[in-house]
Amino acid sequence: MSDAPATATIRVQRGVAGEAPRFETFEVPYREGMSVLDALMWIRAHRDSSLAIRYSCINANACKECMVEVDGKTHYACTARLGTGQVTVGPLGNKRLLRDLVTDIVPPKETLANALIEAKDRG
Amino acid sequence: MPSGGPQYRKTAGLTHLSTDILVVGSGGAGMYAAVAAARAGARVLLADKSLIGRGGATIMAQMTVASAIGEEAPDHWTHHLADTLEAGRGLCDETLAAVLCEESPLRIREMEAWKVGWAREGGHIKQVTAPGHQIPRCVYVDFLNTGPAVAKTLRGQVARGNGITRISGLAVTDLVVRDGRVVGAVALDLESGAPVTVAAKAVVLAAGGLTRIYRRNSASVNMGGDAYALALSAGAELIDMEFVQFFPIGHLAPRLVGMDPIMWDPFRYKLGGRLLNGRKEEFIENYGASDSGTYTAPRDVTSYAIVKETAAGRGSPAGGAYLSFEHVPESELRAAFGPVIDRLADNGIDLTARSIEVAPIAHYHMGGIRVDARMQTCVPGLFAAGEAVGGANGANRLSGNAIPEALVFGERAGRFAADAVRDERQVWDASAAADALDTLRRMTGTPAQGPASPARGELLSELQALMWDNVGLLRDEEKLTAALARLRTMRRDDLPALEPGGGTFSLAAQDWFDLRASLLCAESIARAALERRESRGAHQREDFPDTDPAQAENRILRLADGELALASAPVRRAPVAKKPLEAAS
Repeated sequence: MSDAPATATIRVQRGVAGEAPRFETFEVPYREGMSVLDALMWIRAHRDSSLAIRYSCINANACKECMVEVDGKTHYACTARLGTGQVTVGPLGNKRLLRDLVTDIVPPKETLANALIEAKDRG
Repeated sequence: MPSGGPQYRKTAGLTHLSTDILVVGSGGAGMYAAVAAARAGARVLLADKSLIGRGGATIMAQMTVASAIGEEAPDHWTHHLADTLEAGRGLCDETLAAVLCEESPLRIREMEAWKVGWAREGGHIKQVTAPGHQIPRCVYVDFLNTGPAVAKTLRGQVARGNGITRISGLAVTDLVVRDGRVVGAVALDLESGAPVTVAAKAVVLAAGGLTRIYRRNSASVNMGGDAYALALSAGAELIDMEFVQFFPIGHLAPRLVGMDPIMWDPFRYKLGGRLLNGRKEEFIENYGASDSGTYTAPRDVTSYAIVKETAAGRGSPAGGAYLSFEHVPESELRAAFGPVIDRLADNGIDLTARSIEVAPIAHYHMGGIRVDARMQTCVPGLFAAGEAVGGANGANRLSGNAIPEALVFGERAGRFAADAVRDERQVWDASAAADALDTLRRMTGTPAQGPASPARGELLSELQALMWDNVGLLRDEEKLTAALARLRTMRRDDLPALEPGGGTFSLAAQDWFDLRASLLCAESIARAALERRESRGAHQREDFPDTDPAQAENRILRLADGELALASAPVRRAPVAKKPLEAAS
């Protein structure tokens, strides 16, 4: 074991729909076994709380909300392990982008827009 | 008059919805409330700031659901009640506890009819003995799948329910009160970042607990105490806020991803396991309980024992206790937990070769919104359900009572709310919503602030550390007083100075409102903990180590001119004699 504090480098895609995506790079304190979500939560707590990501259950892989692309492949951020090398995290490519890592994964029957349409149809 | 679904209008860029019943939160309690209200004929709007039926605590439940259905062994709900009251250390609201135990079998049977898939053995529903129960009473879904199965089943019922409109990503920030009555809510539509108003004849708060405000917690991100803060601000009362349950054997080390930190609970139900201190010695016996290879010591005693051993320098390397299944053959591990053993292997853990480390973790809140047996608060039009409700579990919750509480209280809240509004007219008063809308617009009116604003995250981290260190497992007057002073400054000065900014999916804006709720809850806990000068159940005061029979009373909090006011109230007693045990027919 080395005494030097280990860090992980994480490149995160930022921006809202319609903007050219930009990438920001963060150095995150590394702990053995940590997940991509751990790193993103650390960034939100200590570097930039405007970073948007969708998650709920944090570590249990129960809510299934935290799907992102890690180095181009779809993963749950809570189970994707982080190494000490660089990793790039982006939003799901096949879903409509909302902001940063958040895409529209809301079932169509559960949106405000749908509620408004249903209400209007009913008169 | 249309039936089914809310009505809406859009004026001056403001989306306005109207419904009979607004249910805030879509875990087990919220979804059951929606189903029950709809089947009583009400139009329901089910709103969740996360996705419907995916956020919250229910979906994270691993295993046990207590219910005196008598399938494994003869049982009767009055015996479940006796165990619940025993665990509650003299503080349970006995009316609520009786409702919970008596109606749990109804809900468990209904869930069975809805094909939740309770584990079966030998032609009957399998039931296991959890700590504090005298009878094998806890049903579950294999493997560690109780929460996901319950959530999925209820999502199906909600989707089929006639007259239920679901909205994901709708964060209720304030209730709207007119002439002392709740008439609706103000909410943030996360996707657009726009405010929404909702007129409702009644509101059911089912937004869960508050354990996220502790550094080590098993909460989802949504559990920052929204329901309690919304209730307080609307004029309702909170009860027993000093009682936060610390689950004794939350996972500590090595790092485990994709698994709930509470997962060792079911392992102990099925396989026993041995809890050892840093010297690999059994130690629970030294604290007045028994745990040798079994799983019978109450949660509050075990949490206390682990913290005391660690403080005495007898902790495990990561600062907790060892939990060992090394004596259990692999075939037995596999039979009990199947694919979970592979998920552990993915995490580099072989239970036959090593012990893991565990330590207490904030898990559940006994305190909460004060309601009557109809789940109604003292504010007309306001109901609560699930973990958001306080009182049923007293000073310490019996294992397995959280999911029945969600289902039973949810069903009742939905049903009684629908009854209560049947002949009510819709009342909406835009002027009563003006202040809440103003705050929402102020916090979301500018673009989301970027790197210059880590302060919100720092404030949450500070809150979590402060609650863990000063208002956690071992409390005393000095620590509580210091915490209260800092919490007041955070709530009054630090929070209002933050400007998160809005726009599409502004998590920063949601964080701000979460933090506002969390700070009010934190202050409520610290205040009630300071005033309870004794140790009882989950509330342990190092300066008052004994239980004082004279303090067998509830502490009630309400908000008066923005300040918390505390009063005492006698415990609601409703003695029920134990009935003979019966086997399921």
